[in-house]
Amino acid sequence: MQNQMYYQVAENERVGLAVMREIDVTEIIEAVRQMSQTANTDLGKDVIRAFERGQETEESSTGKAIFKALIENAMIARDEKVPMCQDTGFSVVFVDLGQDVHLVGGSLEAAINEGVRRGYEEGFLRKSICDPFTRANTKDNTPAVVITQIVDGDRVKLTMAPKGGGSENMARVTMLTPSGGKKAVMDFIVQRCQEAGSNPCPPVIVGAAVGGTPEKAAILAKRTLLREIGSQNPDPELAQMEAELLTRINNLGMGPQGLGGRNYALAVHLDKHPCHIATLPLAVQICCHASRHKETIL
Amino acid sequence: MSQIIKLTTPLTDEAVASLKSGDQVSISGELYTARDAAHKRLVDLLDQGKPLPFDPKGAVIYYVGPSPAKPGRVVGSAGPTTSYRMDAYAERLMEVGMKGMIGKGKRAPDVVDAMIKHKAVYFAAIGGAAALIARSIKSVEVVAYEDLGPEAVRRMIVEDFQAVVINDIQGADLYQMGQEKYRIA
Ligand code: SF4
Repeated sequence: MQNQMYYQVAENERVGLAVMREIDVTEIIEAVRQMSQTANTDLGKDVIRAFERGQETEESSTGKAIFKALIENAMIARDEKVPMCQDTGFSVVFVDLGQDVHLVGGSLEAAINEGVRRGYEEGFLRKSICDPFTRANTKDNTPAVVITQIVDGDRVKLTMAPKGGGSENMARVTMLTPSGGKKAVMDFIVQRCQEAGSNPCPPVIVGAAVGGTPEKAAILAKRTLLREIGSQNPDPELAQMEAELLTRINNLGMGPQGLGGRNYALAVHLDKHPCHIATLPLAVQICCHASRHKETIL
Repeated sequence: MSQIIKLTTPLTDEAVASLKSGDQVSISGELYTARDAAHKRLVDLLDQGKPLPFDPKGAVIYYVGPSPAKPGRVVGSAGPTTSYRMDAYAERLMEVGMKGMIGKGKRAPDVVDAMIKHKAVYFAAIGGAAALIARSIKSVEVVAYEDLGPEAVRRMIVEDFQAVVINDIQGADLYQMGQEKYRIA
């Protein structure tokens, strides 16, 4: 009798699960393995187009030559399947997990790490992750930083965004005073670029998020770097701020590689989120010209 | 753009003295690679009065941690890393004869002063143009600290390695000069 009841419950659960789509984590391992390599060797078309525009518009002859070299570099990387930059980055993986998906066969994080391990080894990519104190290298570029959000639907979107240390060191999170408002936000972003100078390998993409909590702002700012260069921000107020910031940053005159010129930033990408009545969080994340991200939808 | 100046390493005092901020150079000869972890060990050796694993006289140090070489290649991608992380160690190496450093990004004022004092120069290569730069690297051998992996000290033979002089021995700074020229107030 008891057995039968147990059986019935299990049966009901199965009925409940029938709407869940099952995805085996081996698919995730494989997607991450591939994207670790393609992200590092195949620069996005939007970035290359931005280089071409930079080469045309740059006033400094050194700056023009740098854009030319960056285009050539991207072509060599793509054609010979070698990393465009020796720093093949921290593997940051965004997972948009549909709530109707049931992952089977293992854990999500373990699968992502296994994909990174395989991708970095097979792709002859540099392993750059170490203990913060002893600096001992983990030797396989794991663990990845996994940023998961649960979304509607039965798909899984994986975005692999390797991020180099040079530009990462230029990131900042700050808690501004609410009375400072937009002006304080914009001044901080411009100031951050000025201080970053040549360190993050300009031309760069500047990502920033205002609001939320400090950790929320940092993640939103990182996400803005995934946006296509040249795309319009759907929020007209942010779009206007982006345009103004781009002009102000480029008017600093730092130019490609910080050697002087018109094109320090290729784009400014902003996001915002409601915040606490007492706070005005701001996160700035600068991405070098090796702006790497690839996406797979399962 | 000015004419490209050909340099061979090890660098002589005369060659170093003739360089000006903004000069485009093409370097041929040997470079030694070292990043922060290797610099720490090199300076520890100097502190103990021991010799370095390479001759520092006239040496040019390239701040780089290459990606692993694919089969059949001498090196992976190999662009410069950010130099300020080596600022704390740079003068010690200049004291024993290092004449050039290649990296990216601004140096601390005391490093610029040390370059004037010890007659050494700082070059930048294009940060992130690592697949392109690798083409000028003809051979690579590890000379010390293999355990540091990409951060080991390597001897690279390069041909026509392109760089630009950032700081010369007069203390001029190309980052500052370049930016002033294009700044719109
Ligand atoms: S900042 Fe970017 S382009 Fe520059 S070295 Fe690091 S990963 Fe490469």
